[in-house]
Amino acid sequence: MQTLRRHLVWLVVAVVGAFALGTVALTRGESVNALWVVAAAICTYLIAYRYYSLFIADKVLGLDGNRKTPAHRHNDGLDYVPTDKNVLFGHHFAAIAGAGPLVGPVLAAQMGYLPGLLWILAGVVFAGAVQDFIILFISTRRDGRSLGDLVKQEMGVVPGMIALFGTFMIMIIILAVLALIVVKALAESPWGTFTVAATVPVALFMGVYLRFIRPGRIGEVSLIGFVLLMLAIFGGQAVSQSAEWAPLFTFDGKALTWMLVGYGFVAASLPVWLLLAPRDYLSTFLKIGTIIALAIGIMFVMPTMQMPAITQFAQGGGPVWSGSLFPFLFITIACGAVSGFHALISSGTTPKMLDNERHARFIGYGGMLAESFVAVMALVAASCIEPGIYFAMNSPAALVGSTAQQAAQTISSWGFVITPEMLLQTAKDVGETTILGRAGGAPTLAVGMAHILHQVIGGQAMMAFWYHFAILFEALFILTAVDAGTRAGRFMLQDLLGSFVPALKRTDSLPANLVATALCVAAWGYFLYQGVVDPLGGINTLWPLFGISNQMLAAVALLLGVVVLFRMKRERYAWVAIAPAVWLLACTLTAGWQKIFSADPKIGFLSHAAKYTEGLANGVLVAPAKTPEAMSRIVFNDRLDAALCALFMFVVLSVLVYSIKACLAARAANRPTTQETPFEPAGTSAAAAH
Amino acid sequence: MALALPEAGRYFARSLKQSLRLMVGLPDYDAYLTHMAATHPDRPPMSYEAFFRERLEARYGAGKGRCC
Repeated sequence: MQTLRRHLVWLVVAVVGAFALGTVALTRGESVNALWVVAAAICTYLIAYRYYSLFIADKVLGLDGNRKTPAHRHNDGLDYVPTDKNVLFGHHFAAIAGAGPLVGPVLAAQMGYLPGLLWILAGVVFAGAVQDFIILFISTRRDGRSLGDLVKQEMGVVPGMIALFGTFMIMIIILAVLALIVVKALAESPWGTFTVAATVPVALFMGVYLRFIRPGRIGEVSLIGFVLLMLAIFGGQAVSQSAEWAPLFTFDGKALTWMLVGYGFVAASLPVWLLLAPRDYLSTFLKIGTIIALAIGIMFVMPTMQMPAITQFAQGGGPVWSGSLFPFLFITIACGAVSGFHALISSGTTPKMLDNERHARFIGYGGMLAESFVAVMALVAASCIEPGIYFAMNSPAALVGSTAQQAAQTISSWGFVITPEMLLQTAKDVGETTILGRAGGAPTLAVGMAHILHQVIGGQAMMAFWYHFAILFEALFILTAVDAGTRAGRFMLQDLLGSFVPALKRTDSLPANLVATALCVAAWGYFLYQGVVDPLGGINTLWPLFGISNQMLAAVALLLGVVVLFRMKRERYAWVAIAPAVWLLACTLTAGWQKIFSADPKIGFLSHAAKYTEGLANGVLVAPAKTPEAMSRIVFNDRLDAALCALFMFVVLSVLVYSIKACLAARAANRPTTQETPFEPAGTSAAAAH
Repeated sequence: MALALPEAGRYFARSLKQSLRLMVGLPDYDAYLTHMAATHPDRPPMSYEAFFRERLEARYGAGKGRCC
């Protein structure tokens, strides 16, 4: 009776959640309020956390609260610090939440909000949160080692090296696609460009202030920085309305690309305290604040979902990205459902600060649920604006034309009725000259956020402010990621190349650092440029590559989980990791195969290249290329992308083979073969620490 | 549950402050001092400014990646 009563309240949560999900899924013909979506998501998270994560904690992994964690074993007050679990939750969440959960769901909304919502919920419960939790657990039991080290330790040196190399390539693609989002948002937008450019002197000022004037006063300097940023938004408005200043901050995509490449190189070469660290403070605090503001905004405004639950593009042929629901939806929404990059965080700083092993459930599984909620909010924001506006912003000019008249006509013919006046009015509302061809997620999300937040604060007059606030907030942490990512890539590259040219390995040598930084910037800059000049908008090419690589890293992380469970002799529970790993392998390998070999030139890289080689052979210009040279470049880029895709497939397949071998070996052994740090009881005296 | 309201408020404010600082890579300085006093009473601990610099280099120096 007692146990029954304990579950009663959860039964109520389950019933409410089921009812909300039913309302969202089954209502046809009338708009659904976003609160139903939010309710369905929250109830799903609560039930999953209460039951599934507890099952994983107790039965699958066997978390042991009496086991000493690395934070206690190696306590140094710096890297290894036993930390309150709520405090650590905030740290972990800030590290995993970035642009990913905001962009993917926006792009996926072209199929309607329902497929994306269902994948976000199912994905996080059974794959994403499980991955983060298991990796955090594995790393905590091994002194907080990194993913690469863990793969090396549990599977062998070769798969470890392969995983590291794969991580480097993923990093390059992520940087390119993030930079592309910024370019798409700032092209031909003097307001946005001025505001984002102003963040550089603001950050430099903060850096000097923190270093020399008031060392270490983070809170104070962040407040000053925040006020300056808000002033920069108003300054941007003034610039955009001035006939003399506006042209100075109006650039096309190509010019912005060169600036970003230059910025990436300089920023990654400067001392960290000058630009990177202060920018990081601003972007982290702004990110957390904006996420909370958006959540409050949605609760308060209760917007209705304008986008249909399912559109005709769920069958494929969508204008934002091509391909059918399976497998492409599952790689388009990565972060928010399951993201391999989190495995790097869960095996980074967090495991070194766990106070008690049992906290891994709240921080690993719970942290990912919180990120998933960010993805749900992004989906809501993208779905509560007029669908016609959504498609006008996200469809390439090659499909819908470059004027408001053409775009409105084409999009209305798809069944999303929109007039040219509405498109122009929306552009005016948000303080831009045009909203056409702004694929990439950030501008759409900004319009959605402005749509929600202006109803809370400021009214119609503040809509343009909120739009540029949202653009600034995304650009700010993307630029931080570009800077930090270029540095991280540089270190990886120096490590990799150092095996062949020992001089490059010295991270204290300025020429070696500059060479490695230049190589790194050139690598992502190349893909960025390719994306910017792509007539289909670039996102169509780069986002699938990012999605495939990121989900493949998730598959690698989950396979590591499977191997460790087998080695712990807990293989009867290994399905917890096997099931999502198999699903991710199926999605990514199918998507990779289709991206390479599909006969549809909109999907397949090789058939797209063939279209142009044929044209070259016959001496015909194939639109939108204007010269034979442009055509050969398209062919080269297509082949490069296909090769990259093949490389990712090779990485994941080889890790799969090594995993199976490791599992078979573990099964054959008659005792656990896992390589954990030996058990030490949690209660031993502090004198044991050093 | 048993926490009195002001105490709960103080705990919340302290946790929030610590969490925000930890988000940008700065662990609790008081915890560091306590640790040094408990385990290395022979060595002088770093000043807050030195601690801040040391953590800043550690966060970005080794090239640790963060998420998308």
